[in-house]
This record gives sequence, C-alpha cells and structure tokens, in this order.
Amino acid sequence: MSAGEGPARRRDSEISFATRRRLFLVSGAVLAALMTWALAGMPAFGDYHGIYGLLLNRVAVPQEHATNVITAVNFDYRGFDTLGEEFILFAAVLGLALILRERRDEEEGPPDDDAVGRQVSGASVAVRLITVTLVGPTVLLAGYIIAHGAITPGGGFQGGVIAATALLFVYLGGEYLALRRIRPLPLVEITKATGAAGFVLIGIAGLIWGVAFLDNWLPKGTPGDVFSAGTMQLLSVAVGFEITGGFVLILSEFLDQTIVLRRRRGARSG
Amino acid sequence: MSFLPFAIAIWIFLVGLYGVVSSHHLVHLVICLSVVQSSTYLLLLGIGYRTNGAASIFVDIPLNTKAVDPVVKALTLTDVVVGAAVTALLLALAVQAQKRFGTVDPDELDPLRD
Amino acid sequence: MDKLAPLVVAGPFLIAALFAISLPLSRRRDDIVSIVTASAGVVFVGAMLIDVLSRDVPVVTWVGGWQPRAGVALGISMAFDPLSTSLALLAAVLVCAAFLFAWRYFETPGPIFHALMLVFGGAMAGFCLSGDLFNLFVFFELMSVTAYALTAYRSEESGPLQGALTFAVSNTVGAVFILFGIALLYARTGALNLAQIGVALAHGHADGLVVGSFAFLCIGFMVKAAVVPFHFWLADAYAVAPTPACVIFSGVMSDLGIYAIARVYWTMFDGPFQAHLETLRLVFLLFGGVTALWGAVLCLAQHHLKRLLAFVTISQIGMALIGVGLFSTEGIAAAALLIAADGLLRAGLFVAIGAVIHRTGSVNELRLYYLGRQVPRPLAAIFFAGALGLAGPPFLGAFSGKRVLEHAAIDVGHGWIIVVFVVAAILTAAAVLRAGGRVFLGWGEPAEDDPIPFGHPTGSEVERDDEEAEAETTGAPDTTPPVMIATAGALVAGGLAIGLFPALVDKTLDAAARFTDRAAYAAVVLHGAKLPLPDAPNLGVDALGILFGLLSVGGAVGIALAVLSPRHRVRELVPLPLRGPIRGTYWAVRRLHSGQAGDYVTWLSVGAATFGVLLAAATR
Repeated sequence: MSAGEGPARRRDSEISFATRRRLFLVSGAVLAALMTWALAGMPAFGDYHGIYGLLLNRVAVPQEHATNVITAVNFDYRGFDTLGEEFILFAAVLGLALILRERRDEEEGPPDDDAVGRQVSGASVAVRLITVTLVGPTVLLAGYIIAHGAITPGGGFQGGVIAATALLFVYLGGEYLALRRIRPLPLVEITKATGAAGFVLIGIAGLIWGVAFLDNWLPKGTPGDVFSAGTMQLLSVAVGFEITGGFVLILSEFLDQTIVLRRRRGARSG
Repeated sequence: MSFLPFAIAIWIFLVGLYGVVSSHHLVHLVICLSVVQSSTYLLLLGIGYRTNGAASIFVDIPLNTKAVDPVVKALTLTDVVVGAAVTALLLALAVQAQKRFGTVDPDELDPLRD
Repeated sequence: MDKLAPLVVAGPFLIAALFAISLPLSRRRDDIVSIVTASAGVVFVGAMLIDVLSRDVPVVTWVGGWQPRAGVALGISMAFDPLSTSLALLAAVLVCAAFLFAWRYFETPGPIFHALMLVFGGAMAGFCLSGDLFNLFVFFELMSVTAYALTAYRSEESGPLQGALTFAVSNTVGAVFILFGIALLYARTGALNLAQIGVALAHGHADGLVVGSFAFLCIGFMVKAAVVPFHFWLADAYAVAPTPACVIFSGVMSDLGIYAIARVYWTMFDGPFQAHLETLRLVFLLFGGVTALWGAVLCLAQHHLKRLLAFVTISQIGMALIGVGLFSTEGIAAAALLIAADGLLRAGLFVAIGAVIHRTGSVNELRLYYLGRQVPRPLAAIFFAGALGLAGPPFLGAFSGKRVLEHAAIDVGHGWIIVVFVVAAILTAAAVLRAGGRVFLGWGEPAEDDPIPFGHPTGSEVERDDEEAEAETTGAPDTTPPVMIATAGALVAGGLAIGLFPALVDKTLDAAARFTDRAAYAAVVLHGAKLPLPDAPNLGVDALGILFGLLSVGGAVGIALAVLSPRHRVRELVPLPLRGPIRGTYWAVRRLHSGQAGDYVTWLSVGAATFGVLLAAATR
C-alpha cells in the first residue's frame, strides 16, 4: 500500500459493528411486520384479475398481430419504458467504461501466474475445440431469438445476452488475447450506440409518418409469421444490437482488468 | 399456502439487506444488493400468476386460453435489466477499489471528510 | 405539439447515443453540440410551458398513440401541467448551465461525460412529465444510474469512489422500496397509470396494502430526496462529484424526490387518506422538520465548500418536504416556489464555488482564506447575493416561498413549524455567508477553524481535499472565464427574481390548485374531458411575511458576523455547563456520517421502519 492513495484502515464510526447489526435486526423485524401487513391485502395467489393484463391478453394478438404478448407489451404498448431501460444499460456501460478505462500508470501485458516461475497454461485442446465450435451456433441462436421475439418466447434483450456470451466462450477457450489483438472494440461500441440510437430513430420515424412517437405504424402480417408485428420487431433488433454491444463491452472491460492491464513497471506498487 | 410466495419475497428482501449491512467484502455487498432486487421479481411474478394459466404466448394455443398476466412479466424483464446494469456498475467500483486502494472492505474506504 | 412531447426525452437520448458512436474529434465540437442540445431542450420545454399555461387543463400525450379505452389505460401517458412542466424547465435550464460551466471548467471530459449528462437531462424531463407509475420508476432509475456514473467520474481518488458507492447502494435500496409499492398498487388496482389507480383507490379505504404502498413509495423517494435519516449518501456524493454535475444534483435532482411524493399522493392516495390528513401531516412535518434542522446545524460545521452546500441542500429539502407535508394547495405552492428559488440559488452558488476551485485549486474554506480576492469582484457579489437569497429577504429569493409556507402552516393549524424552518434558513444562510466572508473578504481568522469550539479537520485531510479539487479542473489559470461568472450570475439572478413578483405567487397557487385536483386530472387523462377549474386562494404580501423575511436575513448576517469574529467572544456566549454536552452531541452526530455503506443502509432501514410504523399509526 503506498502513501499517497489513502491508507486502508478500519476507520472509527460512531456505532460499532455489533450495534449496527442489532439496529438492523430490530428495524428489519419491524419492516417484516409492516410488509406482511401490507401484503396481506393482496388478492389470493393464483387468482389475479388485473384488468390491464386481461385486456392485453385479449387484444394484443388481433391488434398487433404479435403472438408473444409480453414482447408486445415491452416494445409496443409500453415501448417508452423499454426506451428508458435500454438507456439505463447504455448509461451503466458508459459509466463502467469511465471507471475502468486504462490509466496513465497502467500498461497491457500477458497474464502472469502469481507463483514465481510458473507459466499460465492455456486451455486444453478439447476445451478449445468445444468452445470455438459453440461460438457460431450461439450467435445464430441469438439471432433467431431476436428475430422471433414477437412470436415465440424471446426478444431483443434475451437474444442480446445470448450473443454476448459468445465472448465468454472465446475466453474459456483461452483465445481472449488473440481476439483482443484484432481489436474489435470500436466495432462493439458502435454496435451498442447504433442500437440505442436506432431505437429512438424508429420511434421518431413514427412521428415523421404522421402518427405518434413509438407508434407501431409498419404494416402487419398474419400472426405467427416471422415478419408480422411491424415496428416491434425492428425495435427488438435495435435492442438486440444494443444489449449485445453493451454486454460484450462489460465483459471485455472486466476481462481486460484481470488479464491484460498491469501496473506499469516502475510505477508505485500497491 | 397462498401467502407463501409473498412471504418468501419479504424474506429474500430482508436477508439481502442484512447481507448489505453486515458485509466485509465489496463483491459480497453487491451480490447481496442484487438479492434484494430479486425479491421484487418474485413479488411481481407472484402477483400475476393464475393457477393453471398458460404463458401469454398464443402461437400454439387458442386466443381465449386462460393465461397469466403479461404485464408483470414485462415489468420483471425491465427490472432484471436495470438490476444487471446497477450490478455491473457497482462491480466496476469494487474492482477499482481493489486496484487503487488495495482493499475490498467497504468499511475501510476513505470518504471525503471535513 | 402534443405529439412531439416525447422528444423532450428522446432528443437528448439520441444525441447522447451519437456521442457514443462518434470518434473523439474535437473538444470544441463536443461542447457546442451539448450546449446546443441543452438549449434546444430549454426552448422546447419553455414552449410547452407557455402552451400549457394558456390552456385550462393539462396537456396529455399517449406515447405510441395508445388512447385509453373506457377508462383503462393501454399505454403510457405523459401529462404536462404547469407545475411539472416548470420543474422540467428548471431541470433543462440547469443542464444547460452545467454544460456552459463545464465548457471552461474541465480539462478533457471526453464524449462519455457529455453523453451521460444528456441522458441525465432527458431522464429528469421524463420523470417530471410521466403519467405512469412504472414509467416514473424507470426514469427514476435512469436518473440514478447516470448520477452514479457521473459521481464516479474520478474514481481513482478514494473520495469519489466511496461517494459513488454509497450513493449507488443507498439509492438502489430506495428503488427496491419503490418497486414494492408499485407491485402492491398493481395487485390491488390492476393498473399502472397514475390517474387510473387514483380512480380505483378513490372509494376504497386505507387498509394495510394502500398504506404500505404509500409508505414504500415515499421511503424510496425520500432516499432520493435525502430526507433524514436517508440522507447520509448525499453529503458524501455531492462533495466529490464533478462540480458541473453537482450543479444539477443540488439544483434539481434532490427536489425531484419531493415532487414525486407530492405527485404520487395527489393523483392516487388523496381519496383513501382524506380522513387521516391531520395525523399524516404530523408524520411528514416531523421528518421535514428534522431534516431541515439537521442539515442546517451540520452545514455550519463544514469547511469543505461543496460539502457545506450539500448540507444546505439537505436542509432545504426538509423545508420543501414541510411544504408538501402540509397536504394543502398552499403547501404545494410553497414547496414549488421554494424548489424553484432555492434550486436556482444553490446551482448558482455551486457554479461560483466551481469558479473559485478553478482559479485557486482549493475547495476548503480555511485554505481559501482571502484567496477569493483573486476571483473577479462580480463573482464575490454573486456569491453573497445568492447566500442572502437563501435566507429570503423581503422580495428576494426564497421570500415568496417562505411567506406562502408561513400562511400554509398557519391555515392548517401547524404554525409552530414556522419556527423550525426560519431557524433552518437562518443557519444555512449564515453558513454560506460565513464561507463567503472568509474566502472573499478575508474576515475571520486565517488557518484557524471557526469559533464554534468543536474541532477542525487535520492538515492531511485538507491536503487531500485540495488534491481532489485540483485534479478535477484545468489547473490554476490566471483568469476566470467570463462564461462562468455569467452563468453563476444568471442562475442567482433567476433565483432572486422568484421572490420579486407577486403575480408569480398567484400563478403558482393556481397551478397548485390544479395539481391537487385529482378528479380533474383523472378526467382529462382517461377521458379527455375537462372539469371546471378549482378555486385558488389569493395571498397578498403582508406584514407577517415581511417580518419573517427581515428576521431571517438579520439572523443570518448576525450569526455569520458573530462566527467570524474573534473566537473567544463567541465561546463565552455559551454557558459553561452546556459546552461539554453540546460538543459531545455534535461530534456524535458528525461521526454518524462515517462513510460506511453498511451504516448508511442500517440508518435507512431504521428510518424506513420508523416511517412505516408512524404511517400505520396515523391511518388507523
């Protein structure tokens, strides 16, 4: 630990750890009682008659030609919420990039084992084979889930996360450093931002077309077909891009921290 | 029996909160926080459940089949994404704390004091 | 015009996304794009406000074009009524001011800073204007996440790291409480639209679920607003966040929590809680009063200028909560006026402090002793004007808000609370005046703490505060950029002007009357129908208001002068037997702000449990 960065010591607080715990246990018990009292007024479990859900179950398919009502809720009826949610992830990734960016006193280097004199062993041939072969089908599966989000379970969020796990397969197979040398990072950032911007632009297109912002104005096909639900599917694709980009960025930032970035030799240690 | 899912939601909330309060490790704190957030998923989904209801996806079932509430599912989906975003951000702070200050004990971080 | 309304949110989002795509070309282009976008936002919201004021009903837009069917909302509504649109306008103005200030303040912020600020601005606008409960939550979380990211801007220092951490942990727990409240309401009413829930709850009575959901929603919003004891994160976070972000945090973000409590109550809970107003008032006055006093007392002890303003913010949040907690039209109007005036003044003071940091590289009042003379004279004048405005001298600044609050309190039979917020106003203004006196005028004693005999920060802590201050800005240059002075001046002038016009008070009372009319809101949102306007009270300026205004200013100036005078004289005023207990209590309270996330969440739980129990008792 070096001097200039703030010594790590347990500082004195007004209340001790034991007091903190006791205070919490008491207030936790009170909160439990309050919550139980509040939740006692709920409708019986399994017998819910909320009108919003009942109405949507009835009208979503005829109105929007989307057989997956949940996706219809997410990307059509309550698309504004999804806009906000998408940007929450966008902002979080930006913040994460801000926090973990490479500093002046860091440099890139190969991973070392902590024990002196040992090399880090790569993955075995079997692992490498399996993981690399799985990358392709994963991305394909992700694309399928995004495209069919309005029909069967799935959608932009789910598919996007699946696509991002392809990066984890690469890491497991020990090929992360090789992938990093190709430096696809700007491409990833552009993907994420395009997804975010794309969502807004599709919404604005509604305004240009003469209807409301985020209105589902594209012609709709028959329910059950791939291209049936109008702008919902475009929005799903946009979200898929953004989530993929976002999660790949998150994963690669963390992987960089553990594998790649090292204190520059000669810099203050700690 | 009908109160059980809600009781579990309350329990998860409080247990997670206890974990946050008594944590000695930043990563543990962040995970406990995500446990607290997950209590809301259970609560929301428990509200919308209908006994013997199908999922609200009508691609292979007739339209007037009894289905569970789709709105809470959409809300939970949003909630999960929000939770993931916050967890990612907090874990980045934890990594930074370890890197810069050599500690992951939340009680040892030095605030700006007057 | 209505159809374009969602652009107030989507526009900044789009530009922010484009920032993230673009390659870092030139610093200047980034700044220009942000300032233009922010200004466009101000113009747009201003135009909407003018439009709204010319009509008798809120302007309602359904995003996605989903008109409600037979009183059931299918989509998400945005509702523009005068108060919420004004608040959105305040947010837009402050984002613009923050960009103008950051233009000259930062070394190289990079596109990430601009993108985060734009998303932040859009989220605040969406929050103010939302008519849907879950949408409110989504924008709440978006505001919060961008705020965490902005606070962690320089996370290589321990202060910002810890500040961002406690900020994120506390506010996330608050958000979970909000979700509990939303889930409960959805279970009971099957709706997420504010108006529709209000209609569904209107004729029921306040049983456990209704009271519980109100409690959880309020707890979550109070965490955001930093009401005591949910406030600990704010003092840490606002002291370490980059100053342009602090301008927005202090100026409007905290107030949004108070706004949300009012919005949620007057659209949904007004019906079932009618019978319990008296006891409800007591609960909210308790929390508001404690907050106002706690913030006021602690800000006197701060020497870190940003932390001082953070406690001023907490105290004034308490005053706004008192206004809302009176549960009357006048109370809402008072809170609105206070939020506007105090918000603008605090923002202006933050810009002024930022200019001082920019020039001198230090943020500690003691270190800055008389160094403020390096800064141009107008800035010092602006600082003092802002500080006086906080006290609310007759016809300036917080004056109109305070006098409406005085009337509101007396009208519901709680005149005693006037003492609380007058004392709080005096103390907060005194603290800021003292800081100004020391920094700009060289009064008081150099390198010695103020005469309150409680102790002072160690040398190394002051060193580190200043390292952090210096790292943030472009070193210590020779001149203060005029744009900083102009921004500070404009903000403070705006804040002072709020107190100037009696017509503004009348308009605010009208707007508050509409805000508190649940039936009219539901009618226009769900059915597009127009109900007759409610009557609004008229409050002329009277002797009582002027008296309290003079008292506040006089008290503030007096205390500041007393504190700056030689140490021994003030100490002698405190009777001997009291000194020990006062010192002990004071240190105990200060050490509660330990910086440890576990402590903060514990106090959050204690506060939540207390609030819940009091609310349950109040509605029996």
